[in-house]
Amino acid sequence: MTAPISRDDVAHVARLARLTLTDEELDTFTGQLASILDHAADVEALDLDDVAPTSHPYPLENVVRPDEVRPCLDRDEVLAEAPSAEDGMFRVPPVLGEAP
Amino acid sequence: MSPVERFQTAAGVAAAVATGERSARSVLDEHLARIDEREGEIHAFNHLLADEARARADEIDARIAAGEDVGPLAGVPVALKDNLCTRGIPTTCSSKILDGWRPPYDATVVTRLRDAGAVVIGKTNLDEFAMGSSTENSAFGATRNPLDTSRVPGGSSGGSAAAVAAGFAPISLGSDTGGSIRQPAALCGVVGAKPTYGRASRYGLIAFASSLDQIGPFARTVEDAALLMEVVGGHDPLDATSIPEPFPDLRGTLGRGVEGLRIGLVEELLGGEGGFQPEVQARTREAADALEAAGAKVDVVSVPASTYGLSAYYLIAPAEASSNLARFDGVRFGLRDERATMGETYDATRTAGFGAEVKRRIMLGTYALSSGYYDAYYGKAQRVRTMIIDDFDAAYERFDVLLSPSSPCVAFPLGDKTADPLTMYLNDVCTIPSSLAGHPAMSVPFGTGAEGLPVGIQVMAPALGEEQMFRVAAALEAAAPGGAR
Repeated sequence: MTAPISRDDVAHVARLARLTLTDEELDTFTGQLASILDHAADVEALDLDDVAPTSHPYPLENVVRPDEVRPCLDRDEVLAEAPSAEDGMFRVPPVLGEAP
Repeated sequence: MSPVERFQTAAGVAAAVATGERSARSVLDEHLARIDEREGEIHAFNHLLADEARARADEIDARIAAGEDVGPLAGVPVALKDNLCTRGIPTTCSSKILDGWRPPYDATVVTRLRDAGAVVIGKTNLDEFAMGSSTENSAFGATRNPLDTSRVPGGSSGGSAAAVAAGFAPISLGSDTGGSIRQPAALCGVVGAKPTYGRASRYGLIAFASSLDQIGPFARTVEDAALLMEVVGGHDPLDATSIPEPFPDLRGTLGRGVEGLRIGLVEELLGGEGGFQPEVQARTREAADALEAAGAKVDVVSVPASTYGLSAYYLIAPAEASSNLARFDGVRFGLRDERATMGETYDATRTAGFGAEVKRRIMLGTYALSSGYYDAYYGKAQRVRTMIIDDFDAAYERFDVLLSPSSPCVAFPLGDKTADPLTMYLNDVCTIPSSLAGHPAMSVPFGTGAEGLPVGIQVMAPALGEEQMFRVAAALEAAAPGGAR
């Protein structure tokens, strides 16, 4: 059995998921996630090495379409809904280094 | 059936509008009047599209006057869950992170509705990103059950279920990941169906858990649910998970009865170990008796692995959600809380844009997929999914359809289950197994339980078994206490 989820685990997972939590939220979520994972202990306890995993309930193989040029979304219409756009592109704050 | 009742069904409206007996505009105005009267207390809609709908109804009437066949849903008002993309019309998933966003394209089901002559009347409220069982997790406020406004409509498609139950529209579309059509249908006393995974195109359905999500109908009659399912179902090249087989003629099967069909009551989903309301259990046994009286062979069957369904689902669905919801980062659409750098902008946007339940599931899913825990949680859950499919396969060797309650309880009071997430998750115990298996399942109203509130019976079938599922649903509807609705 894995150890119960800790406050540090939740803080780590929140960082991975790009969420900022207050101390109070961290406490609440730790308790709630622990209780949900505790309920999942029945699954965790099963010996299922001989059972194949299912990732898709209705397997279809090699779904392809003809390699033909088709109309796509209108660029201006898409960019009109973006938080910020410039010269036909999405505009974002600096990704690397210091802010200008 | 009296004329008034006939005009409340989609089939009745479409027939009357197509022949010019009624105008699409008068049908619409009647529904808008009902919305005007009760929407304030129910809050089924995030966006009411009254002006767009009036223009659309007038267009339909003009085309019919010109002798055109406008399709099988001629002039039928339809409500859409607000996670279905509508071009130029806000689509929010009831989340602040998409507030104000207008999609640049229509979902395939929306295109098909338009091609069938339907009139889209509004976008309905849901639990944020379809995560919930009560529609209380909406960033724009809860929806209330039209039958008792102190109670929830169920969820996550609570707005779509409430819209049909309140007479705001004869039919609506929802989405079902672990029961989000069937459970609210049960709690609101309407019919709700989830087809086989891949039967309805998910192009334009904003993803929650991609290996589980399916679109399906709400209606006040089994016939209307079949009609709407036929319109939106069938192969779509824009969805790579779409099943190529042609969609069956469901309405043609409704009158065939259940003589000789083998129906199994799923032992594990009857609430033997408690937690189910006794009235719900009683109605389920009466439903089985009614089907037996109609000529079906009924027996109890065991689907042992279904007892692990809830645990497996609440690992798989959050895992897929954590991945799908990574796209909401403030770059291309919706909310951006802009900071000095992109990284800080991601954090600020997602922290401000997502509600508590969405954050909880993203973190649960991220944890279940993270290094060191993947095998113990996500990997195990995927293997349990195989066990559930195998156990269903064994049951369907002996039975044509399976039966259970749709929900362990009738509609519960607002706020009753919001304190503890796990208590809320337990609402999905009956609906989750078929979701994990990718099988079709639907809820049909059958009598009432505590406080005179409706009870829903779940009819489950194997993959591509929609025809026998709807046959049994029609028989249940006919045998329901109080007679055919």
